[in-house]
Amino acid sequence: MNVHEYQAKALFEKYGVAVPPGYAARSAAECDAALARLPEGPTMVKAQIHAGGRGKGTFTDGFKGGVKFCRTKAEAREAAGRMLGNTLVTLQTGPAGRKVQTLYFTAASEIKKEYYLAILLDRVTSRPVIVASTEGGVEIEKVAHDTPEKLFKVFVDPAYGLADFQVRELLGRLGLAGAEGKNAGKLIRSLFAMYWETDASMIEINPLITTPAGQVLALDAKVSFDDSALFRHPEIVALRDLNEEDPKEIEAAKHGLSYIALEGNIACLVNGAGLAMSTMDIIKHFGGSPANFLDVGGGASKEQVVAAFKIILGDPNVKGIFVNIFGGIMDCNVIALGIVEAVKEVGLKLPLVVRLEGNNVAAGKATLAHSGLALVSGDTMADAAQKIVKLVA
Amino acid sequence: MSILITPETRILVQGITGAFGGKHAQLSLDYGTKVVAGVTPGKGGQFFEHNSVKVPIFNSVADAAKATGATVSAIFVPPPFAGDAILECVDAGLELAVAITEGIPIKDMVRVKRAMAGSKTRLVGPNCPGIVTPGTGKDSNGGCRIGIAPGYIHKKGHVGVVSRSGTLTYEAVFQLTSKGIGQSTSVGIGGDPVNGTSHLDVIKLFNADPDTHAIILIGEIGGNAEVEAARWIKANCKKPVAGFIAGATAPAGRRMGHAGAIVGGAEDTAAAKIAVFKECGIEVAVTPSDMADALIRAARAQGVTLT
Repeated sequence: MNVHEYQAKALFEKYGVAVPPGYAARSAAECDAALARLPEGPTMVKAQIHAGGRGKGTFTDGFKGGVKFCRTKAEAREAAGRMLGNTLVTLQTGPAGRKVQTLYFTAASEIKKEYYLAILLDRVTSRPVIVASTEGGVEIEKVAHDTPEKLFKVFVDPAYGLADFQVRELLGRLGLAGAEGKNAGKLIRSLFAMYWETDASMIEINPLITTPAGQVLALDAKVSFDDSALFRHPEIVALRDLNEEDPKEIEAAKHGLSYIALEGNIACLVNGAGLAMSTMDIIKHFGGSPANFLDVGGGASKEQVVAAFKIILGDPNVKGIFVNIFGGIMDCNVIALGIVEAVKEVGLKLPLVVRLEGNNVAAGKATLAHSGLALVSGDTMADAAQKIVKLVA
Repeated sequence: MSILITPETRILVQGITGAFGGKHAQLSLDYGTKVVAGVTPGKGGQFFEHNSVKVPIFNSVADAAKATGATVSAIFVPPPFAGDAILECVDAGLELAVAITEGIPIKDMVRVKRAMAGSKTRLVGPNCPGIVTPGTGKDSNGGCRIGIAPGYIHKKGHVGVVSRSGTLTYEAVFQLTSKGIGQSTSVGIGGDPVNGTSHLDVIKLFNADPDTHAIILIGEIGGNAEVEAARWIKANCKKPVAGFIAGATAPAGRRMGHAGAIVGGAEDTAAAKIAVFKECGIEVAVTPSDMADALIRAARAQGVTLT
């Protein structure tokens, strides 16, 4: 689960990670109130959407930049008027963009030097890794590729936690000493405590800055949490912003389905994540384009299949449907009955190719054959994929 | 032979009194697997009954292992308690814990894996379909089935199958069996980013198993486990290997159902992994329908018979 920058920074403050003073606002009146609490002078106005690339984004009315540096509070108020309620398109939002419903105002900081700091899971060692770099404010992937020697990693032993010598090692590599070193050390320890206690899956600060006064501040904050651990963090769940999520994905989750919208026109309904991914792949292989990832899980009921059909048909781009079920334990006939019921309910007018295999497959195929539905059967995944691609083309 | 489990392996089921664990305990018993104990704290002394079989239930894994000689556990415990259930297997000195549970918090698994370091217990999973060593009876009955995989699609033979995904494993096994090619053991290592046994661990076991003559290695986007396994295969494995990587069409940064199936950088895309497979002499299945055929091609190239 992702949260907004302003929410992440509120958590930072709670754990003792220093951030510039800042306030969020959701209306013109709240913008005025937020600005009134900030000191007069240079101010940042930051659009709060989950997608990255905000600074280089463009609003649909042509206004440039989802992160604005303003010399005065009056300028900030004006920029805010252009941004709030407007739709921001960035490299990560897709062409439709994201409506900006919250703005975050912060006092602009004087920057001495920019750094990079992140904590995430290292899959190779199965330990948390702290990644730091002297190259902040730029894309970290580029640093990793061009100058890997400027990227420093410390792996934290979960049995002991972050050790002091590891913090000293990081500070040494980053060249931070004196007051800066002391402040950065406190920040790193606090950030790790937050990562560990909140079950975060990733925390990224880019840039982390030093100021001429010796402060060390998190200028930006990107934080996501482990979905599997949300059950023990109601305070994190409360931060969820449904406006940032695809309504179809939310609806799918309500029915215990895992759905992700894609750009193509062949809808997929599959059991199992691996099979669902490879169903998308095989459609592409035969020249088609998948409209979604949809995993109905290992024990799908008739109701779930009906819900799945409604969700995939809610996508106006869909021109055909591919049902691919390997019912190992799952009864193929349950799926078949679900398909028949769904088609009756939604009045399907699109081509439908069904590939059923596994447990009780004969009964499932008989149900489909006797349903009177105009569907096409596929024998193997390849056969079925070729059929749906041809029907949609 | 086989790897990890044989038809003689005695297993216990943690969470046998739950609907999910109970259903699959029944299916394993039907398959002919020696399910000798169940564990549910507070229900010790009761029995799990299925047809004419009465499986005793114990309060702890240690009690169950001591009383029944079980050496392997199948874990069907809900996510908040699953980490604890795994550690209980370690404490009881079991050989193998197979965690089926999906949705265990990553932090719990990080701690569990650290706590298991140096112990004699191997963990397979979590979030995995389990392990099947097929038997010699009808529809491979009489084998050892741990977890949730369909036993009946298997056939006793000499191909080792390892995968993160359940249904994709079934797809591969089904293709093999349909072509008359049997399996030594099929292992689902699970779709989570932190798991107990890696692709490479299983590949090493298959390589050392004289009864396994060829291997299907199924992977997906995210992490570098498949790459690690492929490089080892190139240097050490003389057996024919076919591979498939799911997720070529997955958009970057999105989690595709499995918690671990996410493209984080250039290295963990399907294309990058497929390139490494080819470089390492692994015959790549062009589509998921091509997995068994890819293995047949690989075997033919090395003059190995699969049936």
